[in-house]
Amino acid sequence: MAKAIEKAGIPTVHICTIVPISQTVGANRILPGVAIPNPTGNPNLNKRDELILRKNLMSKALTALSSDIKNQTVF
Amino acid sequence: MKRFRFIHYINQFFGQMGGEDKAYMTPIVQDGSVGPGKELQKILGEEGEIVATIICGDTYFNENLKKASDEIIAMISKYNFDGFIAGPAFNAGRYGIACGEISKVVQESFGIKPVTSMYPENPGVEIYSKDIYILKTGISAVSMRNALKVLGKFSLRLIKGEEIGFPEEEGYIPQGRRVNVFMEQTGAIRGINMLLKKLRNENFKTELPMPIYDRVSSAPAIKDVSHAVIALVTSGGIVPRGNPDRIESANATKYGRYSIKGIDDLEKEDFITVHGGYDPVYALEDPDRIVPVDAMRILEKEGRIGKLYDYIYTTVGNTTAVSSAEHFGRDIAEELLEKNIDGVILTST
Repeated sequence: MAKAIEKAGIPTVHICTIVPISQTVGANRILPGVAIPNPTGNPNLNKRDELILRKNLMSKALTALSSDIKNQTVF
Repeated sequence: MKRFRFIHYINQFFGQMGGEDKAYMTPIVQDGSVGPGKELQKILGEEGEIVATIICGDTYFNENLKKASDEIIAMISKYNFDGFIAGPAFNAGRYGIACGEISKVVQESFGIKPVTSMYPENPGVEIYSKDIYILKTGISAVSMRNALKVLGKFSLRLIKGEEIGFPEEEGYIPQGRRVNVFMEQTGAIRGINMLLKKLRNENFKTELPMPIYDRVSSAPAIKDVSHAVIALVTSGGIVPRGNPDRIESANATKYGRYSIKGIDDLEKEDFITVHGGYDPVYALEDPDRIVPVDAMRILEKEGRIGKLYDYIYTTVGNTTAVSSAEHFGRDIAEELLEKNIDGVILTST
């Protein structure tokens, strides 16, 4: 899906935990997630710290979307 | 006659330990055959014996590739074995990667030739088919019986040192190797014959298929994120409670589009996951762990982005065919282009 959307001209960042799968399938902008069942969260943290983690992850995602890339990039 | 000794690798599900609740289990070893190994043992018959079975959680393995492999290698070292069989993994992505990785590591550590099997679209195929023998299976465990027959027979032939033929004859995924064979006609004649057939619009078979590197070029970066409209998309199966579009928990045939207008935080009372391929406990506690609406709203309020798009898009990426995912992606992109969306954050489990 990430590839098809990027292909249509909309920059797309793929947040996933098993980065090699994303690389193999061919997403262009890849951001490693936290864990398979909770890519954008961490149940071991308290609510406040978890939200900070998520916000930081999203900031990185925005960096990925605003970066000019030529080749597949893991952010 | 020597009875060859095999180790069999399976995941927590086929190892009869449990489903996603056990996906984080660390590897264990059991003497003899377990689950599908029982049927595999029948096929190996008098010629082979499954001396031990390794059972490991799919998520544990995938999140700890090196550590899990090391642990398994240490466990099996005490067995004096001749062969290693993993799977079949069918179209289960994490299981396929685990089967591929452990087979590769066993090959490197013990100098034997492991065999595994899975569906050709399994991501494990792309990553490991050049290193190990991966036999083709059907898409799901419905084809188990036949998959085990092929796996067992091939493993015996390989271990006995019988000559292994071309991939299309043997049913394994091509490994990208070149072998010398004698032909009646020279390459020049064969080449010209192919060209003539092509010119006559007849079917011809190339002797060297080109690999398909299906890559897409990158879209231009967002110039000014602070004015951009960002959409959230997921393959993690987050839907409004009740699953109004009845998206399937595996092999999804559709995606859904759900309003988050006026929602600052995905509440567990309103949103659930219907994905059948990971432990849903954490997502059900807080759906933002899959679709990060709360964090995006904060960034929106802080002016870091222009706007969070009013809708999220969801499907279930659990053994879903690549062709379906491509199709969903194209349709979603079309809708997002119409709405002038500048960028997409897509989360996968």
